[in-house]
This record gives sequence, structure tokens and C-alpha cells, in this order.
Amino acid sequence: METQHRDLTPDLFESIEIDSQEGERIAGPPVGFWKDSWIRLKKNRGAVVSLGLIVILFLMAFAIGPLLSQYGPYAQDLSRRYIGPSAPFWFGTDEFGRDMWTRVWAGTRVSLYIAFLAALLDVFVGVTYGAVSGYRGGRTDNVMQRGVEVLVGIPSLVIAILAMIVFRPGIITISIAIGLTGWVFMARIVRGRMLQLKGQEFALASRSLGASGTRLVRRHLLPNSLGPIIVNLMFTIPSAIFAESFLSFIGLGIQVPEASLGSLISDGASKIQTTPYLLWFPAAVFSVIMICFNLLGDGLRDAFDPRMRK
Amino acid sequence: MLRYVAKRLFYMLITLFIIISITFFISKLLPGTPFADDKLTPQTRAQLFEKYGLDEPIPVQYVKYVFNVAQGDLGNSFYFESRPVTEMILQRAPVSAFIGVQAVLFGLVVGLALGIVSALRQNSFLDTAAVVVAVLGVSVPTFVLGPLMQYWLGVKLGLFPIAFFESWLHSVLPSLALSVFVVSTVAHFVRSQMLEVLGQDYVTLAKSKGLSGLAVIVRHVLRNAMIPLVTVLAPLTVFLITGSLVVEQIFSVPGIGEQFVSSIQVNDYSMILGTTIFLSALFIIALLIQDILYGIIDPRIRVIGAKE
Amino acid sequence: MSENNDSILTVNDLRISFSTYAGEVQAVRGASFDLRRGETLAIVGESGSGKSVAARSIMRLNPEANTIVRSGEILFEGEDILKHSERRMQGIRGPKIAMVFQDPMTSLDPTMRVGRQITESLRKHLGMKGRQAMERAVELLKLVGIPNAEERVRQYPHQFSGGMRQRVVIAIALSCDPQVLIADEPTTALDVTIQAQILELMRELQDRIGTSIVLITHDLGVVAGTAHRVAVMYGGKIVETGTVREIFYNPQMPYTWGLLASIPLPTADRSQELIPIPGTPPNALDPPKGCPFTARCPYAMKVCGDEMPDRTTFSQEHWAACWLHHPMAPKVVPPVRVRGQR
Repeated sequence: METQHRDLTPDLFESIEIDSQEGERIAGPPVGFWKDSWIRLKKNRGAVVSLGLIVILFLMAFAIGPLLSQYGPYAQDLSRRYIGPSAPFWFGTDEFGRDMWTRVWAGTRVSLYIAFLAALLDVFVGVTYGAVSGYRGGRTDNVMQRGVEVLVGIPSLVIAILAMIVFRPGIITISIAIGLTGWVFMARIVRGRMLQLKGQEFALASRSLGASGTRLVRRHLLPNSLGPIIVNLMFTIPSAIFAESFLSFIGLGIQVPEASLGSLISDGASKIQTTPYLLWFPAAVFSVIMICFNLLGDGLRDAFDPRMRK
Repeated sequence: MLRYVAKRLFYMLITLFIIISITFFISKLLPGTPFADDKLTPQTRAQLFEKYGLDEPIPVQYVKYVFNVAQGDLGNSFYFESRPVTEMILQRAPVSAFIGVQAVLFGLVVGLALGIVSALRQNSFLDTAAVVVAVLGVSVPTFVLGPLMQYWLGVKLGLFPIAFFESWLHSVLPSLALSVFVVSTVAHFVRSQMLEVLGQDYVTLAKSKGLSGLAVIVRHVLRNAMIPLVTVLAPLTVFLITGSLVVEQIFSVPGIGEQFVSSIQVNDYSMILGTTIFLSALFIIALLIQDILYGIIDPRIRVIGAKE
Repeated sequence: MSENNDSILTVNDLRISFSTYAGEVQAVRGASFDLRRGETLAIVGESGSGKSVAARSIMRLNPEANTIVRSGEILFEGEDILKHSERRMQGIRGPKIAMVFQDPMTSLDPTMRVGRQITESLRKHLGMKGRQAMERAVELLKLVGIPNAEERVRQYPHQFSGGMRQRVVIAIALSCDPQVLIADEPTTALDVTIQAQILELMRELQDRIGTSIVLITHDLGVVAGTAHRVAVMYGGKIVETGTVREIFYNPQMPYTWGLLASIPLPTADRSQELIPIPGTPPNALDPPKGCPFTARCPYAMKVCGDEMPDRTTFSQEHWAACWLHHPMAPKVVPPVRVRGQR
């Protein structure tokens, strides 16, 4: 097949210097792992929106909410009971005349505190256990894993319930109860990662340069495990919020007159036929938090996943 | 294969043992004397004391306790005239079981359908809708959904009764509320499994044999994608246990959960601990069943044995 | 384009792209080749040259959702396959054209017994039933050299080694006596000794059954003993084609020279350097205008980057597309190692 060419002049047949570097040029500038993941996360609209909403909720709970409310969360005034949502009670008032707007944001604060404390505990115990188990390997790992096998069979919420019965409910006790029962999952993930990274070349290289165990774990293996740890953290938080709300719902969590999203929902649920707004607002805030953390967790997991890289 | 089962059974027993021990020690920590009920005659009280060794040193009590539990005796209720806890639990079990099983069956069917369809029609409207439903379903908890359903389906639209348990219709709302989570979890899981399998080489090979699309899906994709579905059994059991507590509260259903919650409110420690053991045992058995089932269904484990 | 009457499969100016998040990936940019009855045609190229995509296109196995056929035709039995309905393709896949895949560890369904994976084809295309189908499956396993076939037929893939699994895949592919067999890097994932066995098996089967084979590979060593003709592919295009002898003894294109020069020879002594081809294949998202090999070609000229060269024919089977063959180009002598390859 002859194709039409433009007029070919002899000068076109001169050699050109090939830039061997040109051949090696990879399309696109190199980006680090974190930057690349961040870029990929941004493409996930759900995750981005969730992140935004979470930030907004935080601001509302800790800054804007309190600023915009004139009444304290415990201030009772029986003369203004059961007012529907209207100015100045944006979320209405409850049976004791307390302003729901303030109470909902106070409840959000409490729920978030507890969730973060519990998640922190979870991460701390879980990561340590998993790192030790995975890094040490051999006998230590075996024994620790058997421990895990047994612990995994204990339904965590049931233990949390038991704990709350024994110790008086309070923010700290609840956090501990929740955190202490959920760490097993994190431990498994970290251990898996340790085992995987341990055998990789950079670890061997580091050790041949004389790095000691703890140093290796701290400086190299753990930072490389941050991806799965963060993803798991994003899921631990909603499950901790759920756990706290659940406990409050059955009466073992935050007690009156304190407010948490769970206790507010519980209260609202019982009054749904007469004053449904007492349920809507805390339920809405709660649901939004759960959805956002779940979506963000999903998004982060996809963003960090090496298999999805082009 | 037998080794596999034996190993699992062993762990299960150990876990159960630990739970029993924990409940025992907690019971010793809790305030209040057992059997403070005035209605007991001195003889009955003496009998009970004897049975549980309440006058004897702790280690002896412990042994007696473990023994009793192993025989199915979970103690006596502090609140309800010292009726045996086991009996009270078992009496309520059918109600909870009915609602739970109904929720799971319904949820499985709907969830499977949703998951499969959304994986096959990726990025279509149906797929996006399914994903949205899945996220909502796992994020919005039952104690929010329950009241919502009560309100909309029960009160406003008057379709179903919202409390108590007098007919099958009464079980619809509670089961429905529970099934939302099941649908979401199953759909999400099935969808991601299907997507993973669809990208595998052996699916391309199946197509290259000239098999019809349907044959490829039914014979190769579905089977490989569904095998891990068994692993969903355990989390679902946990959910059913905690969910039933919530749902029975909201809809005033006389099940195990409702009894458990009220025992918490009246500090009936015996009932609380007894129910804890019962529910934990349920969970552990579910785990065991899951592990065994997985071993049976996956030929890679069944035929050669080990490889976990 | 020499239309040979003996051609069983003809690919004309095939252009295939994929639509991805990053844009349109042009995988195949105008490839043409044909397969004759009873021969083995090797398509040689690096990863990214588009050879696998071209091969899968013959069976229309590329992912439907984002594959775009920009142009071209694939003629088989007098018709253009690219225009067939999915239904007709299902009738072709298996009994007429079959495929062997690269990774035997993942090509078989792990939850289905091997025998059944073979009989699936037999049932659908040849209408065999029950015992008859199973017997044929056992025969096929024996044909590909699997010992204890009667027992093995009821086993699962994970009970076979890699080489054995590949034999099973070959058995499945040949089960309906196809006219064309497409082997996509069938030995790449296997050990060298097993490689030799599998290639030997394919040769034998071709002799016995007379299937025409398209062998995709990046390894010229594999080509030497197995193929009749060779098509060299780079950057989505075929840059040279000829008989095995012609390609090995009289290659006409710098890329082919590069490929030949980079084969480590067992007879070479240590004084002879290995000459790899520096650089990486062109970006399929933004392919270069002229000859795709320009960026890595030691003989590149200005015109190479501007326009795609015409084909120059050297014999009935042998042509190459390179500006060096143009009368205005300087005379170039291929590197020492390439001349007179033994």
C-alpha cells in the first residue's frame, strides 16, 4: 500500500541523535505514594463529599453549634416544653424544655469524643499486638495468634455490655469498653502487613545495614503499613459511634442528663408518635456521620490499593 | 478435613470456657445478694445455696458454676421468683428466632439479587442505586430505621402493626428493619466478589470456549463468587444478636432481646449473665458452622486439606 | 498485501483502542497479517506492543465495555469476524478458533473438576453426552501427555502442577478440533524445561491434527524451533514479517536487529556483550507520529519521526517498513551479531 507522502528531500534522511534518556522517559511526572493516593482519592466524589461533610459536622459540633445557641444543654424550663422546630429553637425542645439544638451538638461532641478515644485505644493495642506478632514471627506469632483465634469468638458488644454493667457508665469507661473489644481486627491487618513487608527487599537491605528490630519496625515497616491502618481507622470510628449509641439505646451508655446521640435517639424513638422531631435531628446527624465515615473509608481503601494503579 | 473441624471445635470450646469464666468473675464483682427474693422459703433458699455453693470458697464455686453451665443450667433469675434462666430464655427463643430467620432469608434473597445484578450491569443506574442502598443500609443503624419504619409504614400508612407479637403481620416490621442491614451487607459483598471473579482469567477462558454468557455466569462466576459468602455468616449473627435487642425494644416484641434489656434495667444479674453466655455460645457456634461450611464448599480445602 | 489462497485467517489494518479514565489507549494501530493453513505464525513483540490485544480481537475476547474497534477487518471463512453477532462468535469460539492463555495457574476454574471443564465444550459444540463426553475428555488428556488420565480427569486444578495445567488448557482448546489455535504466550509463565515440553507438544499436535497456530510471544528463542513465519510487532504496528529463516538470517529492520542481538547465545563467549535495546515502548495514550521505534532506534533519521515508512518487499513473504530502505537513505550494515545468525 502506497500512502501519500509529502515531498521527501535528502535532508530528511540525515541521522538524528537519539536521546537514550528520551526513550526511558516515563509518561507523566513521578509522584510519591501519598500524593498519588491523595490524587486518586480526590477523584472519588463520594469520598470527597464525605470528607467535606465530616469537617462541617466537626465545626458545627465544636464551634458553630455552641456559638449559635443561647441555652445550655441542661437548662430546663418547663414553660417551654415540646416546642416544635422553630426560631429560636431550631431543633425544638424536649420534655424538660431543653433546647434540642444545643443538646444535639453536645451529644455529637460526646459521641465523637468517645469514638475517637475508643478508636485510638483500638489502634494502639491492635497495632502493637499485630506488629509484635507479625514481626517476631515463629513461636511468638503462633502463640499470639492462638490468642486471637480465641478472642475473635467473643462477641465484642456483649463484652462491652458486661463491662458497662460492672463499671459505672462514664465517657472514659465507655471508651475503654468499646476500644478494648475491637482491636482484634486491627491486629490481624497489621500482622498481615508485617509478614508481607518483612520479607521484602528494603527490609532485608535495612537489616543488612545493621538496623535493629524495633528501629526497623518503627522507621520502615510501620510507616509502610499506615495505609491499611488508616483505612481501618476510618471504619473503626463509625463502629465505635455505633457501639456507644447502641449502649446508650439500651440504657447502658451515657446517662441522663448528659446527652449523646444514642441517648437522644433512644429518647426520640420512644416519642415518635407525638413529637417525631425529637428523633429526626439526632438521627439525621448520626446517620450522616456514619455514612460519611463509611464512604471515606471505602474511598481511602480504593485510593491506597496498589492494584488499581494504572 | 477432620483435623480442620477438630481444631475449630477445640478453639470454640476454649473461647466458651473463657466467656463462662469471665461471667463468673463478673458475677462475683456485682453488688447485691442473690436470692434476696422474699418469696423463697428457707428450704428452697438453702437448696439453692447448696447448689451454687454460695457458702463455699470461690474456687469451689467456680467449679460448680462451670459444671452447671456445661449441663445447661444458667442459674436462676434474681427478679422473677428465681425461675431458671435457661427456661426463661428458651421460652422466648422461638419469637426471636422467627423474626431473625425471616429477616436473614429475606435479606439474603434480596441482597443476592441486588449484588448480582449490579455487578453485571456495572455503572448503570441500577448499579449506582444498589451501591447507594448498600451504604445507607450499613450506616443507618437499626435503632434509627426501626422507629422510622414504625412511623411511616406503621402509623402514617397504617400498613402493619407496630408492637407486640400476635400474628405474622406483627413480625413484618421488625424483620424488615433487621433485613435492611442484611440486604446491604450481602449486596455489597456479592457485588465486590462478582466483580473480582469477572476479572479473572478463567472467566475469559470460559468465554473462549464459546459458552453463552449465561452459562459462563451461572457455572463459573456465581460459584466462585458465592463461596466466600459463607464468611458473612458470623458478622450477620452478631448483627442479629445486637439487632434483636434493639428491634424487640422498639416494637415491644417478647423475645430474648427484650428480656435481656429489661433484666439490665432491673439489675437481674443472673439473667444478664446467663443471657450473655447463651448469646455468646450462639455466636461461637455460628463461627464454627461457618468455618466448617467453608471447608466443605471450597474444593481447595476439601480435597487436599490444609491450606488456609 | 499478498492475499494467499491458503490463508485461513486474514487481518487487515486492524485498529483497536480502549477508552480509559486517562484517555484513549491505542493498542493496535493498523496491524495486518495472515495465517495459512497448517502453519505456525509467530507474532513477536515486547509487552505493550499490542500483540495480545490483536490476538484477543480475533476471538473478540476484549472487554466489551471499553473496547473500540476503530477500523479494520478480520476475515475468517470468507466473512469479517468483527461484524459477527455475539451468538455467531459463540459458535466460532471453541470449534473453529480456540485459545491457550498465558498463566496456567489462573486460567482454570478452581472450583470445577478438570474433566468437566473439558466436557463443557464437548457438550455444547459437539452434542456429546455423559459417558461419551467423559471418555473423550480422558482421551484428550492422554493426547496432551497427562499420565493417569482416568483418575486425573476427576481432579481439581490445584492438584496439578503448572506445566500439567497448561496441558489441560491445551486439551480444552483442542477439544473440538479447531482450525485455528491462538496461543498467547503459552510458555512465559513456565520453567524453561517445561517450556520446551509444551512447545514440543504443540508441534506434535499440529503435525497430527493440522491446526494452524498463531503463537504470541516476546521470546525469539521460542520462535526459532516452532514457527514457520514471523510477524514482528512494535507500538501497535507490524514492522516486519517473513519466514523464520528470512527473519533470523536476513532481518531488515533495526528493531528486529535489536531483538536478535539481545538473545543471549549459549555458544557466545563472555567477550561478546549482550546488547539490550535501551528505552521503553511508546506511550499508547499519545503514540508517536511516525515510525514507533524512532525514539530507540540507533539509525533514526529525521523523516522517521515525521512519517510512517512504506513497506519494502524483499521476497514473496518478506517485507519490512523502514525508512532505511528508501533510495535516499544512507546504506546501513546490520550489527555483527545479527549477520548470519546460527
